[in-house]
Amino acid sequence: MKLTCLSKGDGFYYPPCHMLNLCGFRILIDCPLDLSAITIFSPVPYDVGFEASEYLSDVPLDAHNPIQKKQKLERQLTPADLVCAEPWYKTVKALHLWEASLIDIVLISNPMGLLGLPFLTQNPGFCAKIYMTEATAKIGQLMMQDLVSMHNEFRCFHGPGYSCFPGWIKDLDSEEVPASLKKVVFGESGDDLGSWMRLYSLDDIESCMKKVQAVKFAEEVCYNGTLIIKALSSGLDIGACNWLINGPNGSLSYMSSSICVSHHAKSFDFHGLKGTDVLIYSDLSCLQSAEVTENGCVSPDLDNNYLSTISDKKDDDLAASLLNTEDSLEEMEKLAFVCSCAAESADAGGSTLITITRIGIVLQLLELMSNSLESLSLKVPVFVISSVAEELLAYTNTIPEWLCEQRQEKLISGEPSFGHLKFIKDKKIHLFPAIHSPNLITSWQEPCIVFAPHWSLRLGPSVQLLQRWRGDPKSLLVLEGGLSSGLGLLPFRPIAMKILQCSFLSGIRLQKLPTLFSVLQQKIVLIPDAVNQRINLAEMKTSSILNYSENKTLRVPRIADNPSVEITTDLASKFSWKKLRHRENFGIARLKGELLMEDGKHRLVTGLEQEESSGKARPLRHWGSVAPESLLDALLKMGIKGSIEHSTRDNDTKDNSVIHIANPNRGLVETSEIGTAIIAEDENVASQIFQAIDGILDGI
Amino acid sequence: MGYNCVCRNSHMDHVGALPYFTEVCGYNGPIYMSYPTKALSPLMLEDYRRVMVDRRGEEELFTTTHIANCMKKVIAIDLKQTIQVDEDLQIRAYYAGHVLGAVMVYAKVGDAAIVYTGDYNMTTDRHLGAAKIDRLQLDLLISESTYATTIRGSKYPREREFLQAVHKCVAGGGKALIPSFALGRAQELCMLLDDYWERMNIKVPIYFSSGLTIQANMYYKMLISWTSQNVKEKHNTHNPFDFKNVKDFDRSLIHAPGPCVLFATPGMLCAGFSLEVFKHWAPSPLNLVALPGYSVAGTVGHKLMAGKPTTVDLYNGTKVDVRCKIHQVAFSPHTDAKGIMDLTKFLSPKNVVLVHGEKPSMMTLKEKITSELDIPCFVPANGETVSVASTTFVKAKASDMFLKSCSSPNFKFSNSSQLRVTDQRTADGVLVIEKSKKAKIVHQDEVSEVLHEKNHVVCLAYCCPVKAKGESDNDVDLIKQLSTKISEIMSGAQIHEAENSLQVGSFKGAVCLKEKCMHRTEIISCSEAVFLCCNWSVADLELGWEIINVMKLNL
Repeated sequence: MKLTCLSKGDGFYYPPCHMLNLCGFRILIDCPLDLSAITIFSPVPYDVGFEASEYLSDVPLDAHNPIQKKQKLERQLTPADLVCAEPWYKTVKALHLWEASLIDIVLISNPMGLLGLPFLTQNPGFCAKIYMTEATAKIGQLMMQDLVSMHNEFRCFHGPGYSCFPGWIKDLDSEEVPASLKKVVFGESGDDLGSWMRLYSLDDIESCMKKVQAVKFAEEVCYNGTLIIKALSSGLDIGACNWLINGPNGSLSYMSSSICVSHHAKSFDFHGLKGTDVLIYSDLSCLQSAEVTENGCVSPDLDNNYLSTISDKKDDDLAASLLNTEDSLEEMEKLAFVCSCAAESADAGGSTLITITRIGIVLQLLELMSNSLESLSLKVPVFVISSVAEELLAYTNTIPEWLCEQRQEKLISGEPSFGHLKFIKDKKIHLFPAIHSPNLITSWQEPCIVFAPHWSLRLGPSVQLLQRWRGDPKSLLVLEGGLSSGLGLLPFRPIAMKILQCSFLSGIRLQKLPTLFSVLQQKIVLIPDAVNQRINLAEMKTSSILNYSENKTLRVPRIADNPSVEITTDLASKFSWKKLRHRENFGIARLKGELLMEDGKHRLVTGLEQEESSGKARPLRHWGSVAPESLLDALLKMGIKGSIEHSTRDNDTKDNSVIHIANPNRGLVETSEIGTAIIAEDENVASQIFQAIDGILDGI
Repeated sequence: MGYNCVCRNSHMDHVGALPYFTEVCGYNGPIYMSYPTKALSPLMLEDYRRVMVDRRGEEELFTTTHIANCMKKVIAIDLKQTIQVDEDLQIRAYYAGHVLGAVMVYAKVGDAAIVYTGDYNMTTDRHLGAAKIDRLQLDLLISESTYATTIRGSKYPREREFLQAVHKCVAGGGKALIPSFALGRAQELCMLLDDYWERMNIKVPIYFSSGLTIQANMYYKMLISWTSQNVKEKHNTHNPFDFKNVKDFDRSLIHAPGPCVLFATPGMLCAGFSLEVFKHWAPSPLNLVALPGYSVAGTVGHKLMAGKPTTVDLYNGTKVDVRCKIHQVAFSPHTDAKGIMDLTKFLSPKNVVLVHGEKPSMMTLKEKITSELDIPCFVPANGETVSVASTTFVKAKASDMFLKSCSSPNFKFSNSSQLRVTDQRTADGVLVIEKSKKAKIVHQDEVSEVLHEKNHVVCLAYCCPVKAKGESDNDVDLIKQLSTKISEIMSGAQIHEAENSLQVGSFKGAVCLKEKCMHRTEIISCSEAVFLCCNWSVADLELGWEIINVMKLNL
């Protein structure tokens, strides 16, 4: 097995991308887009009357910060530096180095991992089998369609671009362009240019989705009779999954970002991942959580204590500690805080713009928000503006199988899975496909609470709304975490709006890793080197830990025993068994039939043609030694006479014996420790001699 | 090992006794149900309990609390989800049509596998899809056979008949009663009627008797993924279970004037509300009773379908005059004989068992399966046990060398009368069993190693005179000459030539320059003839002699 990490990704919206070589098959896991890179583009409509001086006075410069100093030397980044062109999209760079037609399987573990797939399926040589869960396929398709529809605003603004090489890249190559911008475009090593792609069309999405085989959680699909692939819920989002792959050479589990206790999606099914030979751990979300960056490496001392307690605990206790609700309560608090902030600003007459597009978070926020507005008896409308809002929200109430237990209970008691349905009926939540929808203006009312994509603040209705409200200090902007530090807010400065940045849990916490690995009990665990630097896992006794790093291929030795072959009983009963003279404990038989690969197992079944000529049945391999005297006796019984001549030729230590045969035909048998040669002119005599030898030796 | 229980659909005949089984009998193994079944069976059970206690006055077998406790123990499963119940048992559910949430169950214990179909439907209907299953390797298929001899054509004419019957009734000012199960049939007929009402612009109200069926509609809306493809595609724009013309029925409406259509439970007119309404409506010739599907003997439904009775015994001697029209809805969510044959043919199991049906027609179907598909078929009576052989595999660890040698083809060509290609690469493998150890498969070259023995190579050798000694002897020419001779007589042989030797398979021959060779039997001196010293392995015994014979002809 070989693993190549093509990209480590970056948070929830940009999951990692891996290439796995297993049993001779190439498996691509996830095909994401780095949507944070489109922040280098200027949003439309963009403010022409913008003054650069205003911007400069707005941000106080910290003279002690060397990085800012350097930037100052260069030139301050202004909104005018942003690329004013139809955006291109940044894909996984290293994926372009692989021949698309040689990929056998694509596994998509969540909707975010699907966004880059049409770029791959566009390739005429692409012929891989694509697996993803039904919910991922549906939600991912809607997100791609939404992306295309938002992107169309740019097309309308900039006009159709026919060139296959965009002019804006040439412009960026000049000296004057700020380094931070260049870094996004050309990458750290300056070779990222090839990863920029022009967005696919709706037709590309459709033809991509036609190639998908959608699966259910825990459904077993068999690829080529060799690999049995199973998706198990990861808890990250609706339909998000981890993968379990069973093959003839052992089992492997791939763990993407997972959440142990989820309040919307079906929770992390770690029982299913237990006990495989190899675990590929690809959850890098723990590196982004604040506590790690603050505390640095988890101290080894603490770790040791922790580990010693782990070994004392029983399996069930460990599993229970994974499922403690601390994290999920924290998440609920975050959501409640967002709601209370929104309610506060609504109370003060300000509107709230929520740009988060994580579907699970949006669904929970909608529910909580409407409930809290109702309980506060605030008459503030909630708008959801997205081309796919209506379909997505309707869809989420028809998939109880993919949701967490509490929401499944709702099905049993006959309530809808998510609360938004009621509020939509009561006209408290309004759904609109776009900001220019005809009915929007009639029901529009401020203050209001708006859910609008896109989180990058470059696409979709959020751009217009942000431009509308950015000067209003009473209004609130709810952002994805980490966005304000980058280019994200640049075109909208100065901003008087209140800004709330939220980073929601998007994986397993670092502290839980030792517990997780002891519960899962893998023989080999593959973890990213960046994670290994943060936590000391060397003390883990149960498994051996291997590190992998981006763009390097890691070879993992086979650890399972020899593969098993299953022989059908009726075929096995047809074998001709041989008893051995000298080894009574053994029975041996030559195989028959046809060896197949079925359900990930080698199987020996009755073949089409089982006709064997009698001659073929003779043993082909012999062992033991031939005593010349007994051979002579055996020959005599067949009516062949001969005489023994011992010879130690060539001063050899090996003892050679020669039997001369005179009757019925001339012949010679030369025998030694390692072998016997039959020399005869007559075919029949030779056969008879062979039979005599075969009677003395054991063979098969 | 405990018992395992899988409930396939939420009709009363399948889940009716479940609370009794778990709460009163004390079964506490796992119970699996599909999501819709889990959602719908509490409703059905509660309704059943009410009918039993309130209307018939029987002693209740279980209470409402029993139902609630029982349902808590149920594990909901999705289609195709593979569940490892314990170390040996694996189960999986496949879509069965029939009613919402009905599944066929695949179970595997060790190497043996069975499918229990439960009730299924091989054609799509208004709201549900057709049964769908993978091509599995099965030892046994247990199939329902409610309609073992019926073969149904298209259902559209019969749907039209039903709609026309109802339309005629309400147009004449009559009331139409449709007794049905709360699930499945009611939704299908209602979709049909609702659609028809829209098309024909009929304003006559359609009622659902108790809250039960309306509530079931709500589940249908949420469980859209379990309905037919047609419904799934439509539901984005309009959910087909949002019936536009359907209203709740009130007891007072029984005697209200004017036409109406009423769906009432239970389906066979055996008790409950449907029977009560029947009592009031049956005497009027304007009215209609549309009976869907199958009725158990002894029920009022069965009596009505059996003949054209003028009076019917309801209960406790109460008689009612039947003057209303009776229409039998002739489409059923059970598969017909063709469906059973199709499924059996598709799965090609080693054995078939037919259950749930009437003995004579099951025997007919059994004959058909045995003769047409050549699959042993059983029709066990209640309490009878059938034994069938199950698949087992002998497992052995295979060596890498064997698997590697098997991964490359090893074709052998032989043309006795016509060209035959055989590939017996597995014959290189040897199964080795040592007492009290696991079986191993090794390549034949590894056998002696496994046995801790030394190889002993048996080969044949012969120094063959090929040509009388001449003046201008050239080894290369001789080898070429021999090789053409060999290939002339033995077509298909791959001959490798070298300067003074040739090789065919394991057969090696080299020009022998020795004055006295060990492998020479004739006393012909080297000065008289040119010799080719040959040796070959036992595997190529015949081949070797053939070549020798060819070369001797050259002499």
